[in-house]
Amino acid sequence: TVAEQTTEWLETVSHSLLVCSQQKELTSKKRDEFEDILEERRLSSDLRYAMKCYTPVIYKGLSPCKPNAIKSAVLQSEQVQYVIKQLAKEMGESPDIIQEEATEILDEMGHSMQLGAVRFFAFTLSKIFKQLFQRVCVNEEGMQRLQHAIQEHPVVLLPSHRSYVDFLMLSYLLYTYDLALPVIAAGIGKDDFLGMKIVGELLRRAGAFFMRRSFSGNRLYRAVFAEYVKTMLRSGYAPIEFFLEGTRSRTAKTLTPKFGLLSIVMEPFFKREVFDTYLVPISISYERILEESLYAYELLGVPKPKESTSGLLKARRILSDNFGTIHIYVGQPVSLRTLASGRINRCPYNLVPRHLPQKPSEDIQEFVSDVAYKMELLQIENMVLSPWVLVAAVLLQNLPAMDFELLIEKTLWLKGLTQTFGGFIEWPDNLCAKKAVVSGLTLHSNIARLVDGHVVLNDKGEEDGAVGEIVFKHALAVLMCATYRNQLLNVFVRPSLVAVALQMTRSFRKEEVYSCFSFLRDVFSDEFIFFPGISLKDFEEGCFLLTKCDAIQTSQQEIYPTDKGSVIVSFLSAMFRPFVEGYQLIFRYLSKETKEAFTEKQFIPGVRNFVFQLLEKGNTQCYEALSSDMQKNALAALVQLGAVKKKKMSNGFTYSVNQEAVNKILDMFDARIPVQKPVAARL
Amino acid sequence: RQELLKWNGWGYNDSKFIFNKKGQAEFTGKRYRLGGMVLPTFKEWIEKTFGASLEHKTTSRASLNVNDVPLSTVNEEFLQDLRATKISYSQDAEDRVFRAHGHCLHEIFVLREGMFKRIPDIVIWPVCHEDVVKIVELACKHNLCIIPFGGGTSVSSALECPEEEKRTIVSLDTSQMNRILWIDEKNLTACVEAGIVGQDLEKQLAESGFCTGHEPDSMEFSSLGGWVATRASGMKKNIYGNIEDLVIHIKMVTPRGIVEKNCQVPRMSTGPDIHHFIMGSEGTLGVVTEVTIKIRPVPEYQKYGSVVFPNFERGVACLREVAKQRCAPASIRLVDNAQFQFGHALKPQVASIFTSFLDGLKKFYITKFKGFDPNILCVATLLFEGDREKVLQHEKQVYDIATKFGGLAAGEDNGQRGYMLTFVIAYLRDLGLDYYVIGESFETSVPWDRVLDLCRNVKERIVRECKEKGVQFAPFSTCRVTQTYDAGACVYFYFAFNYRGISDPIHVYEQIERAAREEILANGGSLSHHHGVGKLRKRWMKESISDVGLGMLRSVKEYVDPNNIFGNKNLL
Repeated sequence: TVAEQTTEWLETVSHSLLVCSQQKELTSKKRDEFEDILEERRLSSDLRYAMKCYTPVIYKGLSPCKPNAIKSAVLQSEQVQYVIKQLAKEMGESPDIIQEEATEILDEMGHSMQLGAVRFFAFTLSKIFKQLFQRVCVNEEGMQRLQHAIQEHPVVLLPSHRSYVDFLMLSYLLYTYDLALPVIAAGIGKDDFLGMKIVGELLRRAGAFFMRRSFSGNRLYRAVFAEYVKTMLRSGYAPIEFFLEGTRSRTAKTLTPKFGLLSIVMEPFFKREVFDTYLVPISISYERILEESLYAYELLGVPKPKESTSGLLKARRILSDNFGTIHIYVGQPVSLRTLASGRINRCPYNLVPRHLPQKPSEDIQEFVSDVAYKMELLQIENMVLSPWVLVAAVLLQNLPAMDFELLIEKTLWLKGLTQTFGGFIEWPDNLCAKKAVVSGLTLHSNIARLVDGHVVLNDKGEEDGAVGEIVFKHALAVLMCATYRNQLLNVFVRPSLVAVALQMTRSFRKEEVYSCFSFLRDVFSDEFIFFPGISLKDFEEGCFLLTKCDAIQTSQQEIYPTDKGSVIVSFLSAMFRPFVEGYQLIFRYLSKETKEAFTEKQFIPGVRNFVFQLLEKGNTQCYEALSSDMQKNALAALVQLGAVKKKKMSNGFTYSVNQEAVNKILDMFDARIPVQKPVAARL
Repeated sequence: RQELLKWNGWGYNDSKFIFNKKGQAEFTGKRYRLGGMVLPTFKEWIEKTFGASLEHKTTSRASLNVNDVPLSTVNEEFLQDLRATKISYSQDAEDRVFRAHGHCLHEIFVLREGMFKRIPDIVIWPVCHEDVVKIVELACKHNLCIIPFGGGTSVSSALECPEEEKRTIVSLDTSQMNRILWIDEKNLTACVEAGIVGQDLEKQLAESGFCTGHEPDSMEFSSLGGWVATRASGMKKNIYGNIEDLVIHIKMVTPRGIVEKNCQVPRMSTGPDIHHFIMGSEGTLGVVTEVTIKIRPVPEYQKYGSVVFPNFERGVACLREVAKQRCAPASIRLVDNAQFQFGHALKPQVASIFTSFLDGLKKFYITKFKGFDPNILCVATLLFEGDREKVLQHEKQVYDIATKFGGLAAGEDNGQRGYMLTFVIAYLRDLGLDYYVIGESFETSVPWDRVLDLCRNVKERIVRECKEKGVQFAPFSTCRVTQTYDAGACVYFYFAFNYRGISDPIHVYEQIERAAREEILANGGSLSHHHGVGKLRKRWMKESISDVGLGMLRSVKEYVDPNNIFGNKNLL
């Protein structure tokens, strides 16, 4: 009827208006210009630079103090003393002994910033960085904002973590801009880091401090550590720096955040010991990652060389190599006070003395988690993508060999698409596509090369060995290449999962597509970064972006690809196919091969062998399923979906599989049965 | 009394700050020690602190415009009944406006530039308890709304008439109930009618050699009944206690009848203390008519004192230690640096070259010799009372503690001036209003360990909110610790800003004050230490005392006053 047509028409109009307004928002997000800090270094003396007058701006409320004074303040604090007394009572030991232990812990992690060490680093790092990198580009406006922030409130730096270079580079950067060097909470694994004695000690003197990677259960360590961080923060002594991701991402894909440290640095604000705290997301993007091949080996389960001092010395070989450009984007400082306004029930903090350890309430935990995700999404937003990232993404869909000209054409096409989706590509205006691809290939000649007008992966050993050897070499090349494609994934994930859902459901009904999208989002919740709980919003954003690039059209009830859009839809779903197929393989392994409870240590080699055999037989082409990262994520997803039970035992966690549940998920995944999930919210 | 007081500002008509012909600040009148003195540095301080200029002036209406005043609507039958009781009353516009407000900033602003939407329809002056009983009975009979009025010094919007009140509003002015009924020297108690004003009470008791020792800053104008109704606190509570410690017996007239205890004892265990339903009820339950209050012999000796601390942190630590050792003098207060400088700006012109030379020497000693930064240091003022010998002993103990926290004795005179300023400071707002500066004070109580954080954060919040709301000149945002307790302290904030360029200054002011209160609560401070809730702070009551707590208070109200005769809408 006429009335219906009119309403429909009105809806279309209002929708397109909405799209327009959103579009405006996206394009108006202007990013800062970059400045190469190495340029200056190449022109003037490093020694003079290292010896320059270094008078960093400081927090306005700072009362200057020596590291030792901080240590004793931590030790004597009510918080630490309380835990010492508690432990003494529980263990029947004298408080003095425990106090001694606390002192040792403090010495182990305590930093002591010495200008000499800082200058030494400034000098050495200048030399090294100039060797390794072509350019180190920084958004200067970000640095200026940071400078203001440091004077105003305590600052927490939250960089992305792709390489050990991250924190060296960040300290170097702050030194260059005459800002206070950050105090870094870097993890100590076994044999990690602290083992690197000389470098470790130097780092400590330059201001790094160390935490054990895992200290759950050790209350004394936790108390000392937390108090140390908070004392630093309250006094505004120096910015605190740590990695939300907890560890270096081996896949260049942002890892899901860890909450422990974040909740510690937020506590002084919750308790109003500080007026506010600034959280500064920092995105560090590498054109070529220093550890790329190490990571690939590690993901395939080949033990990585220990990060010992001698290992680093051997890494001298690396020095002769070229690692391209680094982009560091210092994001807008985010006021914790603003984030928290109206969200935190203040009562719990008013009714208990502030020095008592207190388990955060549920709404605090939820808030911390939201902030963590928000910060990671901000990191992702400002990651710089190099042309090579696009090349890698195209290449991986066209193995084993791809025509060079076609590759260039597709890369250029993908550039447009990426920009439509809000990706931040560093592609100089005057650079032609061919040059961009060639320079990418040159920089990454260890991964791919040009043979007879075709680009192929660099996956050949010296001799053609056994089948296993071939599979392994190929997997290595694929994973290395994937590391670069991965940098696109979090930009693409929302529209792509809509595309995957469209293909999986083979339906145009919005409701069904959304159910499937929502299911995929849950399954991949450890694989990609989604802000907790806003599935519908993610779906709408995905649809919006697809509409924006004319890939789909939507009405009130339906979504359907346009004629032109099928190319995009199939490209996007192909981009995520390794994950869909990889998860299917892993789920299949779990549903068939595991009858008894197992540990993660048993699971990883088991599933690896399973996939390896399939690859050897040629029954699958999904090399990425060999990645231990994907395997862990898939397992974690099943735990979250309730199909696998995770139990804490004395020696770690064990898992047991609910076969029926896994089969059901597998069926949904294989699109044998429709996704059964009530539509959470009205579309 | 009404004639002696300003109709649109604080205090006595004859006492105010002015700028004389030479452009110097001066305080008029002879009532205060500052009276008639020229304050040479004050003008500069105002200009520097607020960016205010004497050229930009606003003027209040010179007098009340009677035509603006809402008409009085009173039922004729009630008037007949009232006349029969012979209790005096008035429907005069000025009388009614005078009792339509307290001393919140917005109320004074309305007086200067606008008019209240709703004011009392009639003012009644009972002279004794029996009169009050009759009035309340008549109010019940005719279904009227009674708002008790004492000294009118409320700063919680407690006296504002609810706009939507359709019934006749009776302002029950207790000022004529101002006799001391008896003094019991054996038990050291006195029975006093509730309308008596603080300074009259002390004056009359002093004739017999006694005092109550209850000295809120408003004691010149506030009344005994008002103290009870708001849970007041006095400056010298360390010796004499707050109102809840002083009160032995209360008689209150409610719509249900009279509530009182059957004896006058120091303590009793008879269920929850009914006095605690009355104290802090803010006129929602009835009218307090007679109070038996503790009295003490007038102290033999009084001595002021002051201590300079290198910074506020050390000062607070010292006050905490004093509280810990339970040796607080009658009064001990700590002002922050901004308030110290403010006090400094109010120094009168010195009489001789010699005193000015001495002042210079003192300043040199403290800043140069002792290395105190004049922009960081802070001052504590002290008041000791009691036997001469004990006072001197006590004084030494306190100064010894102060020394441990880096404090330097700074003389009696500075201490005395500090307390005198407490009374005079209230007059300053009227001066500010003439020059586009608005301000107010508010208070809270807070555990010791949070005092510093609370002070810093609230001051910072005020500065930020001002900036966000478009206040062009950084505000004057300052605090002082005014009372010490075993478990915490009372903190007082002053906050003022230059509102030139802002179209709706009162609204902006209220938003900022609300933000500051939010900040106080988030820092573990209370909703109020002694100002009360009134209508100004009602929104936070539930959070403050929990749902059930609020329900308990409501059920008392429902029983005592089911028809909401005492309908000022305070508290609940």
